[in-house]
Amino acid sequence: MSLVFYISSFIAILSTIMVITRYQPIHALLYLVVSFLALAVTFLSLGAPFAAALQVIVYAGAIVVLFIFVVMMLNLGKQTAQQEKEWLQLRAWLGPSILSLVLLAEMAVLLLQDAPEAMPATVVTPKQVSLSLYGEYIIAVELVGFLLMTGIVGAAHIGKHKKKSLHRFLQTYPNLN
Amino acid sequence: MSIVHAHTVLIVAAILFVLGLAGVLTRKNIIFMLLSIEIMLNAAGLAFVAAGSRWQQPDGQVMYLFILAMAAAEVSVALALVLQIQHQHKTLDVEELKELKD
Repeated sequence: MSLVFYISSFIAILSTIMVITRYQPIHALLYLVVSFLALAVTFLSLGAPFAAALQVIVYAGAIVVLFIFVVMMLNLGKQTAQQEKEWLQLRAWLGPSILSLVLLAEMAVLLLQDAPEAMPATVVTPKQVSLSLYGEYIIAVELVGFLLMTGIVGAAHIGKHKKKSLHRFLQTYPNLN
Repeated sequence: MSIVHAHTVLIVAAILFVLGLAGVLTRKNIIFMLLSIEIMLNAAGLAFVAAGSRWQQPDGQVMYLFILAMAAAEVSVALALVLQIQHQHKTLDVEELKELKD
C-alpha cells in the first residue's frame, strides 16, 4: 500500500499547486476535485476506508458542487481571468510564498528530528468509528448538529435578496413598480 | 514493498497546509481564498486520520468527521456571503470590501 500512498499524495500536492495558481475559477475547482479524490485514495492507503468514502461523498461530491453552482451563478467571464492575471504578479506572491516555505522547512526539521516509525498496516473499520462516535463522542455529535442547523439558518438568511421597499411618494418612478 | 513512515504522512499534510496558506495570503479573489481554506481544513483532516491510523484508534476519523461537518457549514455560509457581496458591490476583490458599515 505504500506505493499507492506515495503516488496519490504526489497527485494531491501537484493538483493543489494547480488550484492555487489557476486564473479561471472553474479550472481551479476541477483541480480541487482531483486533489480531494487523491486525498481519498491516501486515506484508503492509510487504512481509513470510512474517511475515504466520506471524502469522496462530502468534499468532492457536495462542497465542490456548491462551489461550482456559485461560480455559475456569479457568471464570471473572461475579464475575471484577466483581472486574476493582473493580480497574480511576481511581487504579489513571492513574499508570502517564501515565508510559508520557511514555516514548512521548520516543520520538516521538527518532524525529522525523531527516529522514523512505520505506520501499522491495519484498518480502522467503520464499526469502530461509529461505536466511538456514538459512545464517547455523543455530545460532540449533538453539538455538530447545532452547528449544521445554524449553518443552514445563516445561509438562508444571508442569501436572501432583500427587496428595498420605499413609500410611493419617495419612489422616483412609481409606474415601474 | 517499502513501509510508509508516520513522518512522511505528516510532511505531506504540512505541505498541503502550507500550499493552502500561501493561497490565502496570495490571492485577492474571495472564491480562491475560500478554496484555499478548504485545502487547509483537508490537510488538517489528513493529519488527524494519519494519527488515528498510527495508533489504530478511531478517534482520528471521528475528528475528521467533525472537521467535515464544520467545513460544510462554513462553506454554505461563506458562499451565501459571496453571493451577497457580488450582488451589492459588483466585485469579488477583498480590498474593495474594507468598509464594514451597512
